[in-house]
Amino acid sequence: MTTTELAASAAAVRRRRRLAPYGFLAPAMVLFALFLALPIGYALYLSLRTVKVSGLGLGKGARTEIWAGFTNYTAALTDPEFIASVVRVTLYGLLLVPTMLGLALLFALLLDSRRTCGKGVSKIAIFLPYAVPAVIASLLWGFLYLPGVSPFYYVFEKLGWDVPDILSAQWVVFAIANIGLWGGVGFNMLVIYTSLKSIPSELYEAARLDGASEIGIALRIKIPIAMPSLILTFLFSMVATLQVFAEPMTLRPLTNTISSTWSPLMKVYRDAFTRDDIYSASATSVVIAVATFVLSFGFLLLVQNRAFAQESRS
Amino acid sequence: MRLHTSLRLAAVVAATALLATACSSGGGDETTDGSTGSGEKVELTFWTWAPGMEEVVDAWNAKNPNIHVTVNKQDGGDPAVTKLLTAIKAGSGAPDIFQTEYQKIPTLVSSDALADIADVLPDGTKDHFAAGTWEAVTLGSDAVYGVPQDSGPMEFYYRDDVFQQLGLQVPTTWEQYAEVAEQLHTADPTKYLGTFSATDAGWFTGLTQQAGASWWGIDGDAWSVEINSVQTLKVAQYWGDLVEKGVIDNKPMYTPEWNAALNDGTQVGWLSAIWAPGVLEGNAPDTAGKWKMAPMPQWDGDNATGNWGGSASSVTSQSKHAKEAAQFIAWMNSDQEAVNILVSAGGLYPADIPGQAEALANPPAFFSNQPDFYTLAGQIAQTVTPFTYGPNVNVAYSAYNDEFGKATEAKKASAFTDAVQAMQTATVDDLKSSGFTVKD
Repeated sequence: MTTTELAASAAAVRRRRRLAPYGFLAPAMVLFALFLALPIGYALYLSLRTVKVSGLGLGKGARTEIWAGFTNYTAALTDPEFIASVVRVTLYGLLLVPTMLGLALLFALLLDSRRTCGKGVSKIAIFLPYAVPAVIASLLWGFLYLPGVSPFYYVFEKLGWDVPDILSAQWVVFAIANIGLWGGVGFNMLVIYTSLKSIPSELYEAARLDGASEIGIALRIKIPIAMPSLILTFLFSMVATLQVFAEPMTLRPLTNTISSTWSPLMKVYRDAFTRDDIYSASATSVVIAVATFVLSFGFLLLVQNRAFAQESRS
Repeated sequence: MRLHTSLRLAAVVAATALLATACSSGGGDETTDGSTGSGEKVELTFWTWAPGMEEVVDAWNAKNPNIHVTVNKQDGGDPAVTKLLTAIKAGSGAPDIFQTEYQKIPTLVSSDALADIADVLPDGTKDHFAAGTWEAVTLGSDAVYGVPQDSGPMEFYYRDDVFQQLGLQVPTTWEQYAEVAEQLHTADPTKYLGTFSATDAGWFTGLTQQAGASWWGIDGDAWSVEINSVQTLKVAQYWGDLVEKGVIDNKPMYTPEWNAALNDGTQVGWLSAIWAPGVLEGNAPDTAGKWKMAPMPQWDGDNATGNWGGSASSVTSQSKHAKEAAQFIAWMNSDQEAVNILVSAGGLYPADIPGQAEALANPPAFFSNQPDFYTLAGQIAQTVTPFTYGPNVNVAYSAYNDEFGKATEAKKASAFTDAVQAMQTATVDDLKSSGFTVKD
C-alpha cells in the first residue's frame, strides 16, 4: 500500500468517525422530529386556522379552511367554560396534591421505620392501585359511588346513616380526587421511599447517640434529605392535575354533575371530537401546554436554590 | 415528564388516521383502476355497529360472488363518526359503506363524507319507505345520501304486573302520565314511573318531536334554529315540574344503577323506542314477560310520536365503487330475505314497509306476553311527526348534556326552560361562528 493510499484510507476513517455520532443520533432525531416536533408544529399551525362555511354548508366545496390569526386563542382564553374548568381543576389539585403527597410521605416514612413489620406486603398493597389503568379504576369506583349498586351505601343504609350522594354537585370533585388519590399514592410513596433508602445509616446512628427520637429523625433528617424527591413528585402531580381527563370522562355518563368541559382537557376533547372543531381545540391545547410549561419551570426556579443547594454544596 | 397536551392530541389524531387506514386495507381501493366491468370482483368494506350485520352480509356474499362485502365492526355511533371524519380529512381510509344515524346525516353531508347515490340506486328504492323516513336521507333535496335501514318510533313501556298490583291505569295523555307517576311514587316511594335523563339528548329530542317541535329548518339558503320553540319549552316545563315535585327520578339512563333499577322494579316505566325489548332483555333479564308496550301518552289527543334512534346505510365519498355499494345497501334494506335477517338476527325494526308484515310476524321473545306487539308498533310507527336535523346536532346535543345536567341536578322547572334557551344560544352561536347563514 502506498503512502497516498494510506492517507486516503485514514481520511476515510476520520470522515466516518466524524459522521458516526450523527448516525447514532439519527434514530432518536427522526423519532423526535416525526412524533414530537412535527405534531407540535402541526398543532400550532392548526391553532391559527379555521373553517368557513358558505350557504347551507351541504355538498362539496361548502367548507374552506382559512387563516384565523389569533381568534382561536382569544376565544379560548375568554371562554367562560374554559375558565370554569381551570377553576375546577385548581380546586381538584388543591384537594388532591397535598393529600396524596402527605399520605405518600407518611407511608414512606412508616415503611422506612425500623419497627414496621410486613414491609414487603404493605409496599405492594400500597403500590398496586398505580398499576390499575385510570379508566378501569374510574369504572370500579363509579360502581362504588352509585347509591343503587354500591355496597358502601348498602351498609350506610343498614346502619341508618344518611350519607349524601358523592356524585352530587358539591361532592363530585371529592369523588374524582379520590380516584386520583387511590391510584397516585403508591407511585409517589415509592419515589420518596427510594430516596429515603439512600440515606447513609451513619446519620441515624449519630442522631440516636445525640438522643433523637424516631419522630425527630424523620422530621430533622429524613424529610430534609428527601426534599428533592418530594419536589419531583409535587411537579409530577401538578402536571397530572392540569391534565386530568380519564377519571372525569369515565364517570361522566354516570351523573348529571360532570359537564363535558369539566376539565380543560375534556374541553379540548369535546371541541375536537364532538364539535369537530380541531382548530379551536388545538389553540386550547397550546394554551394548556404553555401554562403547564410556565408553571412547572416557575416552580422549579422558585425551589431550586432551597432544595438542591445541599446537593451542590456536598 | 408527560407528553404535552397538544402533541398528545396530534398523536391521537395521527394514530386514528393510521388505524383507519389499516382497517380499510383490503377495502375498496384494491381494485386500482376503478373500472367495474362484469366478471371483475369488487371488494367493499362496511363500517357498522348494529347486531346481525354479519348474517345479512353473508347472505349477500353467497349470492353475489363478484361484489364481496366485508363487515368492520365499530364501537358505536359517535366513535364511528369521529373515525370517518378523520379518514375523510386524511383523504383516505374511509370504508365504502357506513352506518349513519339519521341525526348525523346533515353533519356528515356538511363534511362531504357521504356520496350522493341518486343516480346509481336501483329504480323504485324510494317506494319502499315512508315519506318522512325518506326525507331524512335526502334532507329535502334531490340528492340521496343513504337508504333507510331501521327506525325508532317511540312508545311507552311499563311493568304490567306492578300496574295491576297497584291498580294503576295506563296513561294515554301526559296529564294522566303525571298523575300515575305521582300515584305510583306515593304508593311506594322507592318506585318511579321514569327518569329524566340528561345524558340522552336523542331521547329528549324524540319527546319534543312528538310535541310538534322541529329543531332546525332550511329556508332557502339559510338554516333556522327553533330549539326554543313553544313545543320544546312546553315539554321541558312539563318534565321540570315532575322532577321538581320529585315524582320522576333525575338520574341518567344507561348506568349500572339504572340497569339495576329496571331489573329490581324501582323503574316501573320507560319512555323508549321500538328497540327497547332488546335493551330490557339485556339489562333486566329477571323481568321477562312482565312488561307491556303502549302508545306514547299524548298532548292534545292527536296521535303522534317521536323517533329515538334508527340508522340509514350510506356510501362514503371516498368509495370507488359507489354503484356496487348502492346496489348492496338497496338490497340489504329493501329485499324481503335481507329484511327478515335484519329482524331475526339484528332485532331491528325495519324501515322497509313492504317487508314488515312477513318479517315482523312474531312478537320479540321478551314480549311473548303481548302477541300483537308488532301490529300495535306498526300503527304507532305511522304517527311519527316530521323533524329536521341540522348540521350541528353534535353541538346541540353536547349543550343538552351540560345544560340539562345542571337543570336536573337543580330540580327546578325554571332551570329546565333555561336549559332549552341555553341550547338554542349555543347552537345558533356555533352555526354563526362557522359562517353558516342563520335566519333569525
